[in-house]
Amino acid sequence: MIWLDTLVQGILLGGLYALFAAGLSLVFGIMRLVNLAHGDLIVLAAYLVLMGVTLLGLSPWIATLVAMPMMFALGWLLQAAVLNRVLGKDILPPLLVTFGLSVALQNGLLEAFSADSRRIPVGALEGASLDLGLVTVGIMPLMTFASAIVMIIALNGLFYHTALGRAFRATSDDAVTAGLMGIEPKQIFAIATGIAMVVVTLAALYLGMRANFDPSIGPARLIYAFEAVIIGGLGSLWGTLAGGIIIGVAQTFGAALNPEWQILAGHIAFLAVMLLKSRGLFPRAVD
Amino acid sequence: MLETRGLTANYGQFRALFGVDITVAAGECVAIIGANGAGKSTLMRSITGVIGNAPGMVLHRGEPIGALSSAEIMKRGIAMVPEGRRLFPSLTVEENLLVGGQARKVPGPWSLDAVYDLFQILRERRKSPGIALSGGQQQMVAIGRALMSNPELLLCDEISLGLAPVVIRDIYAALPRIREGGAAIVLVEQDIGKALAVADRVYCMMEGRVTLAARAAEVTREDIHSAYFGVAA
Repeated sequence: MIWLDTLVQGILLGGLYALFAAGLSLVFGIMRLVNLAHGDLIVLAAYLVLMGVTLLGLSPWIATLVAMPMMFALGWLLQAAVLNRVLGKDILPPLLVTFGLSVALQNGLLEAFSADSRRIPVGALEGASLDLGLVTVGIMPLMTFASAIVMIIALNGLFYHTALGRAFRATSDDAVTAGLMGIEPKQIFAIATGIAMVVVTLAALYLGMRANFDPSIGPARLIYAFEAVIIGGLGSLWGTLAGGIIIGVAQTFGAALNPEWQILAGHIAFLAVMLLKSRGLFPRAVD
Repeated sequence: MLETRGLTANYGQFRALFGVDITVAAGECVAIIGANGAGKSTLMRSITGVIGNAPGMVLHRGEPIGALSSAEIMKRGIAMVPEGRRLFPSLTVEENLLVGGQARKVPGPWSLDAVYDLFQILRERRKSPGIALSGGQQQMVAIGRALMSNPELLLCDEISLGLAPVVIRDIYAALPRIREGGAAIVLVEQDIGKALAVADRVYCMMEGRVTLAARAAEVTREDIHSAYFGVAA
């Protein structure tokens, strides 16, 4: 029964990694940009939510709703003012710029919030659990997973059933021809990064409620997110969830065998998938 | 309605257009013919802002549009059927059509239904991925996609290239109905006979220059021959 419990915990943990990864997947899918500051932006959003809770006395949920439009605006500005200038045939400049942003964000957060680890307080919810007979699951991991599902459904709805989603996909296919259709690719990119930052804020909420965070943990979140995206196959959000679950399950089983093996097991699972299916589990037909 | 004045274009060090002057009046059908590499497609790419220009080199209703982005130019009512069709691979036929009309919403004769009436096969294939269609059907999608914005001017770059004669006939049969809708048409063509049959006026280009400007009804074989090849017939 311990194994079943481990499996369920791993799957639910995958929901958290899918939340980390969805924004990265969205931005990469539309503009082929790997945002190396993605993890640090999650941490920044976590501090934003934390400030809403501690300074304004909001509930974490309301604080997240307040932080979302702020993060959207930040993402929009970041893309419009900085990243759009470096996007082009050469993939190196955007990597360097986002790497620099990552370093700057970590140091800025350190300056503003110190190196102390913090947590978004959630009261009784933190330890609450649900007895499902065979296994007992924490309410918080369950909510994380449910949020990931809802977010993926919402993003897919946006992609496949709205004019904005059509513009996203058309721009991703062929930005020059999208321009001929009256779509301004740079505006589309700015909106996409804005939406990615809204997803990041949701990821930040769960990051901050479930465990302690400090300004230095961004890069590790980036790695998990990146692995989930790659395992899933670039551009598929359900694939990203599957990738997150694979890493989550590998980590919980690794931890069950030996607590020191948790992180390592996740990375080994990633390498194993890459050896077997180098384009990921659900690659796009055209790429 | 549209005018180019001394339009030049470069690809890096290589100059592709040397001072091209053309005009297109409202509702008119103008053919631009010329051999491969004459600069026809470069002219289309310059007019639509894919290649940037000095502002005053392209005028729309007398206003300089040469330095505007493709999207801004399209929103002024200049729609493009690009060479090679360039359908969006991850969009269905219907989504390809819808994406053509979503940035510029003006009243006019063209809608999803009107395009499906013009090219009836597309109605049956509307849920298919655009790139799963035959070349001729893809060309119909590309034309329909441009019509969805109810343009004043439709630029068609090599719409018969690589298609079977019977398919070309079907596509050319749609042009009179497009003109009835009020749009001016610029046809870039290598098929001189096809182009002259539907056009009011014709420009011939060679090596980045306009070598002939004439009324289609008055132009002779000899005129075309010398303009096309640069030698007397």
